[in-house]
Amino acid sequence: MRSATSLRQSSAPNVAGPGHTPLRHLLSVSDLGADGIEEILRVTDTFVEVSGRAIPKVPALRGKTVVSLFFEDSTRTRLSFETAARRLSADVMTFSVSGSSVGKGESLRDTVETIEAMGIDGVVVRHGGSGVPWQVAGWLHQAAVINGGDGSHEHPTQALLDCYTITRTLSARAGARPTGLAADPTGRGRSLDGVRIGIVGDIRHSRVARSDVLAFTALGAQVVLVAPPTLLPPSLVGWPVQVSHDIEAVLPTLDVVYLLRLQQERMHEALLPSLREYTATYGLTRDRARLLSEDALIMHPGPVNRGVEIAAEVADQASSVITRQVANGVAVRMAVLYLLLGSGVDLAA
Amino acid sequence: MVSAGNRVESTPAGTVVLDAGGCLVAPGLVDLHTHLREPGREETETVETGSRSAALGGYTAVVAMPNTDPAIDSAATVRQVLDLGRDALCDVAVAGAITIGRAGTRLAPLAEMAALGVKLFTDDGSGVQDARLMRRALEYASSLGVTLAQHCEDSSLAAGGHMHEGEWSSRLGIPGQPAEAEELMVMRDLALCRLTGTPVHFLHLSTAGSIAMLRGAKASGLPVTAEATPHHLSLTDECVAGYDTVYKVNPPLRTEADVAAVRAGLADGTIDAIATDHAPHSQESKEAPFDQAPPGMIGLETALAVALTELDLPVERVVALLSWQPAAIAGLSEHGLSITAGAPANLCIIDPEIEWTVDPSRMASRSRNSPFAGRTLRGRVRHTVLAGEPVVVNGQAQR
Ligand SMILES: [Zn+2]
Repeated sequence: MRSATSLRQSSAPNVAGPGHTPLRHLLSVSDLGADGIEEILRVTDTFVEVSGRAIPKVPALRGKTVVSLFFEDSTRTRLSFETAARRLSADVMTFSVSGSSVGKGESLRDTVETIEAMGIDGVVVRHGGSGVPWQVAGWLHQAAVINGGDGSHEHPTQALLDCYTITRTLSARAGARPTGLAADPTGRGRSLDGVRIGIVGDIRHSRVARSDVLAFTALGAQVVLVAPPTLLPPSLVGWPVQVSHDIEAVLPTLDVVYLLRLQQERMHEALLPSLREYTATYGLTRDRARLLSEDALIMHPGPVNRGVEIAAEVADQASSVITRQVANGVAVRMAVLYLLLGSGVDLAA
Repeated sequence: MVSAGNRVESTPAGTVVLDAGGCLVAPGLVDLHTHLREPGREETETVETGSRSAALGGYTAVVAMPNTDPAIDSAATVRQVLDLGRDALCDVAVAGAITIGRAGTRLAPLAEMAALGVKLFTDDGSGVQDARLMRRALEYASSLGVTLAQHCEDSSLAAGGHMHEGEWSSRLGIPGQPAEAEELMVMRDLALCRLTGTPVHFLHLSTAGSIAMLRGAKASGLPVTAEATPHHLSLTDECVAGYDTVYKVNPPLRTEADVAAVRAGLADGTIDAIATDHAPHSQESKEAPFDQAPPGMIGLETALAVALTELDLPVERVVALLSWQPAAIAGLSEHGLSITAGAPANLCIIDPEIEWTVDPSRMASRSRNSPFAGRTLRGRVRHTVLAGEPVVVNGQAQR
């Protein structure tokens, strides 16, 4: 039967430069493994530096075309990818459902094949249905697929930027070089060894949570999921995590608390009695925030529901990290695009 | 059938002689669960293409499911499908809907359809959700000598689920439907069967819990029968891991333990029949996101081979599950008979050892959604004889 893995060793010329993992697509964090993640974080360091320049642009992907194929509204993620592609000098095309023939009965496959016929090198796919990037990858002959978030499944670049934000923030605090750079290239020491991360909220429906669990644990972190039973996946067999329903017991043990956005529609599915009850039992209120150790990071993939999963004043207190997540998002996506589509052009050029 | 035996003394001139060397001559197979899609969805299958597909699979009779458009819920539609089946490559029996439009609210004219020979009624595609209505349907049917068949799925518990709920659905981020969505309705209908005494046939059972309940019900003497599909006896929910929509089916592919229970149920007689649930869908409709693709797989041309390859049962037992046991449930008196002079010559000649690779592009079905594409299977139909006419010879449909 078919394999779930999307990582295909490819002899096509669009693999990354020497020394880089020859990934054809980025569909799941599990395609990367710890070494692949560490490598992307190292390349991200370079692009963070590029982003700080007066003209934050390198010619690495000149002549390449990247399409953002967004079937679901997400201006933030789309702009982050498109900015990343432009800073690498790629041509960018935006495909959004509203202005296309998809709404007029054209099949997903027709759309994808039409776009590939335009001569493109990479597609960032965002879709409300889990697994769509896998299907798209199966229909394309040449272009690389980057999963920009699929249904309740995965959002690998979000997880990479979360890893980047955590590792670099922790190591900057420790006054050391970024841990990714210090990491033992043989893989014995991992960037998040000994770091304890709590992910709080609607794990069941969260693609961010699924990718974060894979990425954080690959880098050695201990992960604890904190949620009411209705907002956990029906089965956690094979997930290397702990589970708690007691946020107050967990908070003092954490280095990082990662809050997920709670969607209003969960109330209609009998998953929760009310937002108010959720906030009362699982929200990061001001009082609960005091249970965190002083240097614990508060993170959120955005957009934040102030007063629901996080109290407004706690969100303000955490805003520096949340803003850094957004900034790092561009650099991480530059690294991903470069590794998938680049041909080894000197980044210093 | 003129005569039966290993030696035929003389044949009249012009007699077609079929080579059955190394083969098993068996009664033609009978499928209790075929979606022929006509009327309404002719781009995916017709009575003609579906019956050709069936003949190639060794079937001499199929029961056409009523979830067509319009649904087979009246004498007129029953007649229409029976007429379409008149010249088909296998006999086409019709299952009628239990409720008007399969909407689950008002009883369909069961007696009117029974008068045309309909023996099986079902709202397949969904289960009858309303327990009171199902009770009334069973009571009403008890005087008609027919069987009601249920697609067991509690729609409130299954709602929004696109695969089996469990380890794989959790990992893949696809909303699932729990085994209990099927089991709740099995449990309810066993109770209603006890209450009314009317026979109930359980369609495509897929969970260990359902099969355990059926085993108990049979032991207590309830008039129940059950079927399982080739895919539920061979494939698990892990198949969905690559998001290939060919593996989307309802009831969904379940766990290893459920597959083992289906096999055990077939081995010990808890499950009476292997039925295909042949459900053709166009390529375009299957090329949709997993949560939007229609559920269903084709199966007529692979069912026998999957059963022979996957089941650790003697070939006669496999044929029993595919031929005379389903013929008895469907009330098809001309099929699944022992091969003796005087009986209608509805036969299939099986080469039980031949290995072949499934290639949907070479199937007679109008659709290609086979989950067994590319798999090597053992055992294949060489010839099919329908009422004395060789409709399939050496694996080729004759018309
Ligand atoms: Zn069904």
